[in-house]
Amino acid sequence: MNYTLDFTPVIEGLPSLLTACLGTFTLAICGMLLATVIGIGGVVLRQSKIAPLRWLVIVFVELIRNTPFLVQIFFIYFALPLTGIRLDPTPTAIIALGINGGAYAIEIIRGGVQSISKGQMEAGLALGLHKGQVFRLIILKPALRAIFPSLTSQFVLLTLTTSIASAISAYELTSVSQRIESDSFRSFEVYFTVTIFYLVISWLMMRLFALFSARYFAYPVK
Amino acid sequence: MNDIATTAGNTHPMISMTGVEKWYGAFQALKDINISVAKGEKIVLCGPSGSGKSTLIRCINHLETYQKGEIRVSGTVLGHQAKTIDAVRREVGMVFQQFNLFPHLTVLENCMLAPLRALKLSRQEAEGRARQLLERVKIAEQADKYPAQLSGGQQQRVAIARALCMRPQVMLFDEPTSALDPEMVKEVLDTMIGLAEEGMTMICVTHEMGFARQVADRVIFMASGAVVEEAPPAEFFSNPKHERTRKFLGEILGH
Repeated sequence: MNYTLDFTPVIEGLPSLLTACLGTFTLAICGMLLATVIGIGGVVLRQSKIAPLRWLVIVFVELIRNTPFLVQIFFIYFALPLTGIRLDPTPTAIIALGINGGAYAIEIIRGGVQSISKGQMEAGLALGLHKGQVFRLIILKPALRAIFPSLTSQFVLLTLTTSIASAISAYELTSVSQRIESDSFRSFEVYFTVTIFYLVISWLMMRLFALFSARYFAYPVK
Repeated sequence: MNDIATTAGNTHPMISMTGVEKWYGAFQALKDINISVAKGEKIVLCGPSGSGKSTLIRCINHLETYQKGEIRVSGTVLGHQAKTIDAVRREVGMVFQQFNLFPHLTVLENCMLAPLRALKLSRQEAEGRARQLLERVKIAEQADKYPAQLSGGQQQRVAIARALCMRPQVMLFDEPTSALDPEMVKEVLDTMIGLAEEGMTMICVTHEMGFARQVADRVIFMASGAVVEEAPPAEFFSNPKHERTRKFLGEILGH
């Protein structure tokens, strides 16, 4: 093996790699926000009195969790334009990540809601609050706290899944590194660097979630 | 169906249950319950576990549904429509065996939540009420703590204050001291006695027979989903009429 490492193309490409990291962050954060909205909304609909709404959520969760993310993102990017919905790569990636993460979040958050004792719901109802208020003001926060570690790892996974958005050339770390790699043929150097970048991004995400948790879930439990 | 039927005047009882029956599938949990509670009256409901006493008081604020009969709270027929149910629940406070304080809210916030959201009081008004009632259950200095930082007895007193913040006309107690360590039972009972002395209408499911003797106007004994016997405490304890009652009293007072 007489391969000589040459990081020059990586160093020259560093500014674009770093801004690509911001693209990855944007996809991840926006995807998570959408996933959270879908997750909480899905749990509410999943508990609805109206049976078709519950079925809709069940079908959605099964559909998304049992198909590949790559196919989902291709579907939104290449198939939806046939129905007149045409989106740029970045919004497409955000929607795909949000929908995919949301399907998993529904199941995770539902587990959290089920872990809250029935007495909490009853105490809220007995005080004259209606069901929606009880869910929003009493159940939701302890439920999220209970499943926050699972949600964190799901969302770190979502962060790493942003790399698949390179398949529709959304602006993020993997697609930019592919460009540098194909210009320089320095595969090892480029992907080694990118691996480190993803590690740092994951670590930052986990720190972010830990900080959020320490602030938002600061109340003591037995 | 006529869901809100308020009769004028105050001649009607605070709570009346007529012919209430409840089934869980084939199992009948409540059998032909007829109970009338006057304003200011204190009722102690006792009986062996599974006798339906908790189910009965949970029907009064519609935490449980029932299939037959009628329940009126302060003249309002408790129908199955959300509006009536909410209206009745605002008049009926409930204290649970497991306290059920909201763990993510401070003691003060626990007391303010429903007045703010269900009664739409201003923050200032809700806080004033909450502080006053926390004072009354002698726990004002804990207002900014979280439930998990309090003892069981303190938590149950907060739960009583929280219910009182709605200014209910009736208080329901579902075994309020059963989950407490023995040394904390007294502080909760004292709070309940204080409440009784101020004239609150109360229905208490409890096995604290000392409390029943001291406070109750009537003791109602239930077994297998039916009311077996009801009498003023002096009579109930000294001269129980039914064999089932004697057996029960023998079991709980015998040791």
